[in-house]
Amino acid sequence: MGSRASTLLRDEEIEEIKKETGFSHSQITRLYSRFTSLDKGENGTLSREDFQRIPELAINPLGDRIINAFFSDGEDQVNFRAFMRTLAHFRPIEDNEKGKDPSSSEPLNSRNNKLLFAFRLYDLDKDDKISREELLQVLRMMVGVNISDEQLGSIADRTIQEADQDGDSAISFPEFVKVLEKVDVEQKMSIRFLH
Amino acid sequence: RPPHLPAGINRGSALSLNGHGSDSSGGHNSHDSGHGEGHSPDGLQIVSFKWHHVEAPYIIAVWILVASLAKIVFHMSHKVTNVVPESALLIFLGLLLGGVVWGADHSASFTLTPTIFFFYLLPPIVLDAGYFMPNRLFFGNLGTILMYAVIGTVWNAALTGLSLYGVFLTGIMGPLQAGLLDFLLFGSLIAAVDPVAVLAVFEEVHVNDVLFIIVFGESLLNDAVTVVLYNVFDSFVAIGGENVTGVDCVKGIVSFFVVSIGGTLIGIIFALLLSFVTRFTKHVRIIEPGFVFIISYLSYLTSEMLSLSAILAITFAGVCCQKYVNANINEQSVTTVRYTMKMLASGSETIVFMFLGISAVDPNIWTWNTAFILLTLVFISVYRVIGVVIQTWLLNRYRMVQLEIIDQVVMSYGGLRGAVAFALVALLDPEKVKERNLFVSTTIIVVYFTVIFQGLTIKPLVSWLKVKRSEHRDPLLNEKLHGRAFDHILSAIEDISGQIGHNYMRDKWAKFERRFLSKLLMRRSAQKSRDQILNVFHELNIKDAISYVAEGERRGSLAFIRSASTDQLVNVDFSTQRPSIVDASVSALLRGNPSSVCLDMQAIEEKRKSVRDKEDTLSHHVLQQYLYKPRHQTRHKYSRHAITPNTEDNKQEKEIFRRTMKKRLESFKSTKLGVNYSKKSIKNYKKDCMPRKVNPEYSDIEEAHEHEVAHQDIGISFIASATRQALAETYNGIDNPTFISDENVMVRPAIPPWLSNEDTVVPSQRARVQIPWSPNNFRRLTPLRLSTRSVDSFQMADGPVPEHPRMTLPEGTHL
Repeated sequence: MGSRASTLLRDEEIEEIKKETGFSHSQITRLYSRFTSLDKGENGTLSREDFQRIPELAINPLGDRIINAFFSDGEDQVNFRAFMRTLAHFRPIEDNEKGKDPSSSEPLNSRNNKLLFAFRLYDLDKDDKISREELLQVLRMMVGVNISDEQLGSIADRTIQEADQDGDSAISFPEFVKVLEKVDVEQKMSIRFLH
Repeated sequence: RPPHLPAGINRGSALSLNGHGSDSSGGHNSHDSGHGEGHSPDGLQIVSFKWHHVEAPYIIAVWILVASLAKIVFHMSHKVTNVVPESALLIFLGLLLGGVVWGADHSASFTLTPTIFFFYLLPPIVLDAGYFMPNRLFFGNLGTILMYAVIGTVWNAALTGLSLYGVFLTGIMGPLQAGLLDFLLFGSLIAAVDPVAVLAVFEEVHVNDVLFIIVFGESLLNDAVTVVLYNVFDSFVAIGGENVTGVDCVKGIVSFFVVSIGGTLIGIIFALLLSFVTRFTKHVRIIEPGFVFIISYLSYLTSEMLSLSAILAITFAGVCCQKYVNANINEQSVTTVRYTMKMLASGSETIVFMFLGISAVDPNIWTWNTAFILLTLVFISVYRVIGVVIQTWLLNRYRMVQLEIIDQVVMSYGGLRGAVAFALVALLDPEKVKERNLFVSTTIIVVYFTVIFQGLTIKPLVSWLKVKRSEHRDPLLNEKLHGRAFDHILSAIEDISGQIGHNYMRDKWAKFERRFLSKLLMRRSAQKSRDQILNVFHELNIKDAISYVAEGERRGSLAFIRSASTDQLVNVDFSTQRPSIVDASVSALLRGNPSSVCLDMQAIEEKRKSVRDKEDTLSHHVLQQYLYKPRHQTRHKYSRHAITPNTEDNKQEKEIFRRTMKKRLESFKSTKLGVNYSKKSIKNYKKDCMPRKVNPEYSDIEEAHEHEVAHQDIGISFIASATRQALAETYNGIDNPTFISDENVMVRPAIPPWLSNEDTVVPSQRARVQIPWSPNNFRRLTPLRLSTRSVDSFQMADGPVPEHPRMTLPEGTHL
């Protein structure tokens, strides 16, 4: 798509985005205006600095990682399609989608894809495993300064132990899914986008 | 139309506070100690006992003292206060004391008169509520609150009254001299949820912000409805049922709007007045706090005088003046105001509940009618539940944050009636309302039931429900950890997508407010430092300074001055010495918050016996205690009994913020400049960067004002740090220009005068509607302009100038 998306949101584009992500027309336009408000450079794409300008992200422990999740490998700019694609993960799962066309690819907001999104946040080196170090990093981010490294290490070890089934001291994606099977991911990873 | 409430004191038939006191002490009247028998003593009385002289204030003071002493006694026992809400304890005490007085006197000497209640006891409580109201939450949920307050109350009142009447017609209640209007009148006064009672009970049950503000807001705002209904039905009863015409009914409806809007306007006017006055009180610092109370009280009285809703007036006076008053008066005055307000409110509440107990011990007013009383209880509960359910169902279709079943349960169960209902019923004229005594008795029973029974059981009910909803198994470490991660992710996505806090109206209001109101109502110096960034900087620095000194004292040396490690954003190096404070024992966890119901399911699970090995438990506890809380779980800041804001959250935010900024700075530096900047510069730089808004929770983040785009388009600075760009959009007021002393082109930014007072921080949660494309994309105009454009200057400066950056506005700019 290049580094510059079209500056106007044409109807065809809206349709395409709708098909790809499942958002409704009004949601897309609303999110587009949000996109443009974030885009200070007015070049149709968002850079990391645009995201970092959102104050709340600075006090979110996982803020920077989530920002990175918007950017695909090697890219420095996010265009609107990519923006929407990432946000689409968080659409609530609607019941009528569940039984739909099994041959079409999984919708972006399926349970699996939601978990995949979260998994990718942990797995920085993209080897499809969450190693102990990666888990430690995330733990450290999410926990205050009052925990010593040893304690954190032991927590990380126990966490891996709980989930690890093939004994490789790392959590692979299937193991990740399995250990979270009782969690209501659909609800915990969904937000209702305003119409 | 009969005069509005406390003006009807003349009709109040409850005995006054001072009423019969004199009888019991009558004997002291002409009694002089020392010699002298009759009226005229012979000589000079050295000491004389002049009871009558001091009687009135003495009694008042003694009651206040008794109430306060009672509070001390109650809080001595944590176990008791954990289970029994304080209000219930106070009522019991009141009953006891009432019994004593009765026993001594055989007449009810002290009761809660409507006058005293409405003029002296209620205003501080409501003012306290308004002044500490979390504005952002309140206005964010205003629609919901209004719906519950207005429609819910009308629904409750109408249905209760009608049902009671219906049952009366069936004859179960026996012969009562009451007509439809009497029942409707009773329904209207018993239907309203009471702010005092709600606050008192919700103190104990810490529910989430949204739920709290809805119930609390409802209890405050339904005053207008109650007042109107009460007055309307009262006058209808006076006129006589047959003479009521359709015109009167219409007038009733109109009066609702007049009363509510009028009351609100009066509150706002007085708030403006107060803010304006405090602008000039620089030289009378000592009496500054007084203005707040006097002017707010005047708003209450004025509204009463005009027969508008006084509660609404004083509530909105508090709500609207908070910001300006806090900005204008100096810090000590702020503290004074806060403490005094809390003291008055807490004290009033104590007295109210105690007197609710005392007033019940008066056999003169007791009339018992089982059916009536029972049915009233049943009806108000049932109708409230139904009302809440229906309204919630409706509202959930339009709300961002859904109200779940457990919220609805808390809302229905937490609809307590209290002293307001009692005072209103005491105002009834027994001539016009023949069954007044019955109504009074019933009201007392209802109030007791809701406050005592519902207050007692709400905590266990909620914990039971929360626990029930959770799965009956111990959660895994993974679930806990990842669950928390999900929460953070969700918050971040919400912030990015601008779903929460994004509001066209709010933006417009913020703009208006900034342009006009603040200039008018805030002191010049306050305006300058009104920038949230600076405030937070200021605050953080003070806190750092305090902890700095404290740490120094603790260590007993000044060694800390010399440590200048890069890791510390403050000049103190604590980390190496800081002991691991993790006290992971279960008891420590529990001790942390004895008086609050922890609605976190997992914590409750922890408290249950878990069949795990020790280390596992330890890990769980540690995690539980130290995982950062996501946004939605932070406690509400309102508390009747404590002032300090939740320092936990501040600490958490501070930590995360520092860490994030450090990381960003490092990553940016390493990628862009590849320069090894000095440690010192980082520190200084960080200090500059500190002033970034850190408190999204509080109402002020919306005051991140819209920058005047025209100004900002001018020039794109050479400033190499896009990170810094993001952070310190403005150096407004910050006089520390020593930012990165780098080899690079980093010149001190000279702040052009027209920018210096403008906040140029990008608002976080707003989509700007109009982005006027101004042809001012002058690059390299002046290197020093601080611009809010996304300025990765390296990239843009060297890249081709886009010809049509944005020719048209995005089409769908509806919000």
